Amino acid sequence: MERNYRKLWWQHCLAIICFSVIPLLLVNFSLYSLFDRIYTEKVKETLRSSAENQRDSIDLFFNERIAQLFTVANTNTFEKLTNETYLNKVFEIMHTKSNSYMDMGIIDNEGNHLSYVGPYYSLLKAVNYKNEPWFNAVKANGIYISDIFMGYRKIPHFIIAVMVREKSSSWILRVTINLKNIDDIVQKAWLGNFSDAFLINKANQLQTRPRFGGNFLEAPALPESATSMLERHTYPDFSSIVATKVERRVVYGIDAFYAATPISNTKWVLVIKESPDELLTPLQKGKYWALFLTTLGLAIIATGAALFTNALINRIKATDRENATNSDMLLQANKMIALSKMAAGIAHEVNNPLAAIAEKAGWMKDLLAEEDLAASENFTEFDQSVDKIEQHVDRARKIIHNLLGFARRMEPAKEKINVNNLLDETTGFLENEAKYVNIRFDKHYADSVPVITSDLSQIQQVVLNLLNNAIDAIDHDGTITVSTRYLEKTDEVEIAIADTGKGIAENELSKIFDPFFTTKEVGKGTGLGLSISYSIIEKLGGKIRVQSKVGEGTVFTILLPKQ
Amino acid sequence: MDALRVLIVDDEDDFRETIVKRLCARKILAEGAASGILALKVLETKDFDVIVLDVKMPEMDGIETLRHIKKLKPEIEVIMLTGHASVEFGLKGMQLGAFDYVMKPAPLNELLDTIGQAYNKKRGIVL
Repeated sequence: MERNYRKLWWQHCLAIICFSVIPLLLVNFSLYSLFDRIYTEKVKETLRSSAENQRDSIDLFFNERIAQLFTVANTNTFEKLTNETYLNKVFEIMHTKSNSYMDMGIIDNEGNHLSYVGPYYSLLKAVNYKNEPWFNAVKANGIYISDIFMGYRKIPHFIIAVMVREKSSSWILRVTINLKNIDDIVQKAWLGNFSDAFLINKANQLQTRPRFGGNFLEAPALPESATSMLERHTYPDFSSIVATKVERRVVYGIDAFYAATPISNTKWVLVIKESPDELLTPLQKGKYWALFLTTLGLAIIATGAALFTNALINRIKATDRENATNSDMLLQANKMIALSKMAAGIAHEVNNPLAAIAEKAGWMKDLLAEEDLAASENFTEFDQSVDKIEQHVDRARKIIHNLLGFARRMEPAKEKINVNNLLDETTGFLENEAKYVNIRFDKHYADSVPVITSDLSQIQQVVLNLLNNAIDAIDHDGTITVSTRYLEKTDEVEIAIADTGKGIAENELSKIFDPFFTTKEVGKGTGLGLSISYSIIEKLGGKIRVQSKVGEGTVFTILLPKQ
Repeated sequence: MDALRVLIVDDEDDFRETIVKRLCARKILAEGAASGILALKVLETKDFDVIVLDVKMPEMDGIETLRHIKKLKPEIEVIMLTGHASVEFGLKGMQLGAFDYVMKPAPLNELLDTIGQAYNKKRGIVL
């Protein structure tokens, strides 16, 4: 049965690939996810420390401002500071050193704005702050940092106010902070091209301007994409957190890292947003590398599997072919054994009656010799008939002799044979006959052919038989090529007899070594020649093979072992 | 010179009887026996110079019969008759003391020649 090699190839190849690829992918994916987790953690940690650093900077800024205000308030008397010329001088000193303030004012216990230095003099000088929320807060706490608010000046700003209590009265020193200071600190947290940082208050209202749009006192909003500001979504609300929080969130399809940390001096929260694309660039690179290496690995595995499978399938094919040949040869050998047994049996059975006929005919001949020639008018007829009987018995005897030659199980003789000489001698027998029908012998003998030990007369019989067949196949005009060579690998001598005859059809090729198979005309061949040749060569430990192509000719190859 | 006495042992009646007749026609005292057992029985009462013994016979084959003959009368020369496929029995017979073997069917002259040689040997004549 013919195997489906293509199917086998695919099965084997896919099996190898599956069993190699699954572990490869498992290892790669688990390593990648581990790397991803660790790296993401590290990024979060960096973000956390960055947020906390900024927070500390903001806190430091506020601490410094508060300390400065306390110093000014407690080292100057109320009377001095209500003098606007003096206050202006103090403000100049403070402002030139820190550039942190917009304006400064002194407010008494009743909310009256006693003195003011700053750009909104006309707007604010006459204002009474008694009913402002911050006024009461500073009276209650002694120190107050406001959220951003519009106030009387209708511009977003925030203030720091400290209350100074004296024996009889108390008053308030109030400054407006230059927003640029806070912005500068917050903007230091813009790490990448798409990162953002801003402050919000407890009501989730912006206290600084975010990088990508949004205004003071609005709720922070996410741009649709990092670059588009048309459509905006609300930010996740971090206004109520009490400790630093770092997380990765996907909001409206936007994947981002968020870090939020509360500012201790105010009720504000610093929010930092980072694009993972930027932070995770090394991870992305790692991903591409992993992908590249995995693809390379897959390619190597696939190539290896294909090559290995090819080799394996070729080997299976060769083994299958060998098995098929062996089983063919075994079949042929078995057929030969069965046929030789049958031939021996027939020969025996026919021998006895044949012997009886021969003797009867002989006896008749004996008797005829004693007859008076004139006494019988049919004497000549009798005599001739008896002669014919004897002649045909002899013919039958020869057929049986041939048949038994095929069946004979005698030990072959062992003698030293020069194969080239043997072939020369044997072709010599037929040269005249061949010349008559214009057939030429072409001899190609290899000098390396060694002397072999075998049965000379039996090999000669086989060669003679093959040469006779070749002459019959050519009929007239042609060439018979007789060649020899030594096969060192198997220590065998090869004799090839090729004719330019009519060839043998493929369906007949398998039968040509069967006894009684013949393509010659009835009466011309017994059909025993090749089967005898086959059994002789088998017995001598050799092989006989045939190749033929109709219209081109036939090659018989005999392989004989050296010993 | 006494006439040559030959015993033909073969189970094939037509063959044996005809051979006997043809030998007799040639002034040979020939007799037939249809089996090995019968041959041994004949030998108890009669003497022969040469025995022609078929190899393939039912009951007692040629080789077995040869053994008995050689035990009983070793001086008698025996010629084995074999088919082409049983040459080895002829050779075996020769190992056991047979003079020669002749392949069946053989022309009578060949058999006569062999019988003649065997007879000469028995009489101690070397040609």
